[in-house]
Amino acid sequence: MKIIVLVKQVPDTETNIKVGDKSINEAGIKWIISPYDEFAIEEGLRLREKNGGEVIAVSLGPDRVQESLRQAYAMGADRAVQIKVDNYVPFDTTLTSELIANFAKSENADVIIGGRQSIDSDSSQVVVQVAEALGIAHIAFAVSLEISGTAVKSTKEVEGGTQVVETSLPVAITAQKGLNEPRYPNLKGLMAAKKKPIETKTPADLGNPTSKIEVVGLEPPPPRIPGRKLEAADAKGFAEQLVKALREEAKVI
Amino acid sequence: MSNVLIVGELKNGELKKISKEITSAGRKIADALGGKVTALLIGSGVEKFAGDLGAVGADSVVTVNAGDFNAETWANLVAGVIKDKNPSVVLLPHTSQGKDYSPRVAVKAGAGIIADVVGLSVDGGKVVAKKPIYSGKAYGNFKVTSPVAIFTVRPNSQEVVQKAGAGAVEAASPAAGDAKVKIVSSDLSGGNKVQLAEASIIVSGGRGIKGPENWPVLQALADILGAALGASRAAVDAGWIPHSHQVGQTGKTVSPNCYIACGISGAIQHLAGMGSSKYIVAINKDGDAPIFKVATYGVVGDLFEVVPALTDEFKKVLG
Repeated sequence: MKIIVLVKQVPDTETNIKVGDKSINEAGIKWIISPYDEFAIEEGLRLREKNGGEVIAVSLGPDRVQESLRQAYAMGADRAVQIKVDNYVPFDTTLTSELIANFAKSENADVIIGGRQSIDSDSSQVVVQVAEALGIAHIAFAVSLEISGTAVKSTKEVEGGTQVVETSLPVAITAQKGLNEPRYPNLKGLMAAKKKPIETKTPADLGNPTSKIEVVGLEPPPPRIPGRKLEAADAKGFAEQLVKALREEAKVI
Repeated sequence: MSNVLIVGELKNGELKKISKEITSAGRKIADALGGKVTALLIGSGVEKFAGDLGAVGADSVVTVNAGDFNAETWANLVAGVIKDKNPSVVLLPHTSQGKDYSPRVAVKAGAGIIADVVGLSVDGGKVVAKKPIYSGKAYGNFKVTSPVAIFTVRPNSQEVVQKAGAGAVEAASPAAGDAKVKIVSSDLSGGNKVQLAEASIIVSGGRGIKGPENWPVLQALADILGAALGASRAAVDAGWIPHSHQVGQTGKTVSPNCYIACGISGAIQHLAGMGSSKYIVAINKDGDAPIFKVATYGVVGDLFEVVPALTDEFKKVLG
């Protein structure tokens, strides 16, 4: 079974973001694997452990993403591929998907798995777009996954509950929290990962898709409505003030 | 001609508020571009909502008769209507369903897509979409350069504005195609509750609620307000409530008008999920908790006293 796991490198949540004109200032940013993609890597490894085959970790970006690929190696990936883009149009999911779909096609992948969204853009687009580009099935928000032979059974989160769905390989999956508990890379794995090769592909190798997005500009978040702590003698006093504030001042209730 | 297509969403046979929100947003764009607004509704018996969408700006409503939601077939239906109507702007809900089928629509239409948009404006004949990025620590403005531009819009981010359109109904029957994924069974036991990601008011609990037996304290407040029940990661990881209630980085991103955080300290991962709420109320014993940095109204106090008092007070005024 050939399993492609998508690994997006994103700024750590605790990192301060300094906004530039059309991109953020990357100085001082600590980069991590987007948390949902860790579930994807773990699931890929479990699928390989059960079904055999190989896990190929793929990340798109400049050379700094190699660090995330080495972490995927340390967790147990068999191969790591950097789709090398330096001047990338951020958040152009169609461009990303086209590059990844063309790579997946060249590998004849059985399973493509990524996080349900990345925490820097919250778009929830790439994995399902890849499925569409390849003309294969997809299961979004998977919280369980069983593959036996070519039969795929999964529980997915839907609004108000869950659904059990079935399909057959090849399939693209988006990993939701609950799918598994990602393993930690051990020291031996981390040391070995340093020496493993990282394959690189350029957009030219992958059909040279063009961007459909133009960045107009970035800006800091809008200022919050200034807050205040309420003062009252007891719970009833707080409650009266809150109800008044929410109804007469904020007019939200 | 720059026409706008919006795709509405239903739940349990009822029109969702997001459908009206994006119709109004579509109206604003169409007025600026000099075009028409077509609303698409998929389901059975959906003609009856044409008036509701006409009242908030839809010039016409295309209805497609279909059974339960399936991402693949719905993507085919929407792409079929896009092909037929040739809009230059398409607005879809950034909901659980929207995230499931919108990526396929974008690829089928050969369109660029910006997802999780909270602001829409027009500049130089093109839509500029604003979206929070990096967990709300920045906002980005983007244009789509392909002939069809698709945007998925975050619930509660657009105002519903009454503006009469014709709302003329037209039935269509684009090809649904076959789905490769079959739905075997559904457990929608939480389906009648107010949905977290689209709720306009959320009452949320954290470690401070002390145990699963205390949710009724918050649920009583949520019930009187018609609010959804949310939770912090701490409460979910403790096993006090299912993950589907989790707000935050590894839970749901929410933008309600009012977020009432009870016994939630406000870790940065939680703020990432609710920081764009319009008004934030924080009730916490620890006056130094980070949640107070984002709270519009802060109450330093015991939630087990303040929340019931608040429920009683709302009962009085809301009856």
